[in-house]
Amino acid sequence: MKFIGFVIVCLTGALLLYGTGEFPDWGDPASPASIHLSNHYIEKALEETQVPNLVTAVLADYRGFDTMFETAVVFCAGLACFLLLRDFSRKKERFYRHTATGVILHVKDSKKVLKTGKEFEHMDKDWVPSDLIIKTICRILIPFIQIYALYVVAHGDFSPGGGFQGGVIFGSSLILLAISYDLKTLLSRVKEKVLGIFAALGVLIYVGIGAICMPMGGNFLDYVKLVPLVPGDPHHIRALGMLGVEIGVGIAVTAAMAVIYINIVSEGRHDEGL
Amino acid sequence: MHWPIDLIVLTFVIFCAVAAISVKDLLATAILFGAYSFMMCLLWAVMGAVDVAFTEASVGAGVSTVFFVAAVFRTSRRTKD
Repeated sequence: MKFIGFVIVCLTGALLLYGTGEFPDWGDPASPASIHLSNHYIEKALEETQVPNLVTAVLADYRGFDTMFETAVVFCAGLACFLLLRDFSRKKERFYRHTATGVILHVKDSKKVLKTGKEFEHMDKDWVPSDLIIKTICRILIPFIQIYALYVVAHGDFSPGGGFQGGVIFGSSLILLAISYDLKTLLSRVKEKVLGIFAALGVLIYVGIGAICMPMGGNFLDYVKLVPLVPGDPHHIRALGMLGVEIGVGIAVTAAMAVIYINIVSEGRHDEGL
Repeated sequence: MHWPIDLIVLTFVIFCAVAAISVKDLLATAILFGAYSFMMCLLWAVMGAVDVAFTEASVGAGVSTVFFVAAVFRTSRRTKD
């Protein structure tokens, strides 16, 4: 059976390689993709949208409807992880560690909850003391990563990047906090409800900006019609509209990444992780 | 001339892909997928698609590796086949 599979894979690969021979050369100006639409984008995009980064102009403006559903897909991924993995059943036993002496308490009564703080700390069954060097380095790094993520979102019009990349980088800074400290530290900073609301809010911002254009007399996601609502230079309205939807994408992706990670790593119990 | 760099990186991509499906240790597979994504990111950058390279670096090499490692941590580390 394995041999047949290998033969089929080889055949398919050979067919694909044979097919790529018919493709136009890389960067060929006479290829079908380069004669119709690309010309319009390359020549007119800066003039029409005032956005120097053509990729952002195409993604968030000309093909804005497409990007909206990509955001919805990321939101759905987070939602699916939550619905499949989240486990609301209460934990039967807990472990606590007395910080001063290192004595470990095993509490079997699920109703008894010790207050953790200076004296006691939570302990998990595969608990390892978090390393001082890793904690310190991550504490220094995380703010810079977050600032960089915000820069990537805000500067998406001018340089590579945008809502997706910025959101993923911001989400990974949250994940780094969970890895270097522990999952409870992250969850005490960012509540699960907040993450859920943010994931939905990001999609809502995108759809909202698109929907506001309709009562203003335009099509869905037609940013030009937002001119009366936004003060400032009316020429930059499409760039501002793009910035708005990118912020929405960034918020949704950040929250979705954190939700996915938390649910996978703790099997939906939100107590212990990597 | 960037063709030699292209070919070297492409060779690494193929090595990583073959290694990722032939290795028995799933944690190693996760890391190999990260390396694969990073090589793809270099390829995109060489081809001038900087936005795609950025996405590949942050999503493919960054977050998805963490997701794989988290999934391996919660399931088993050895694969059966």
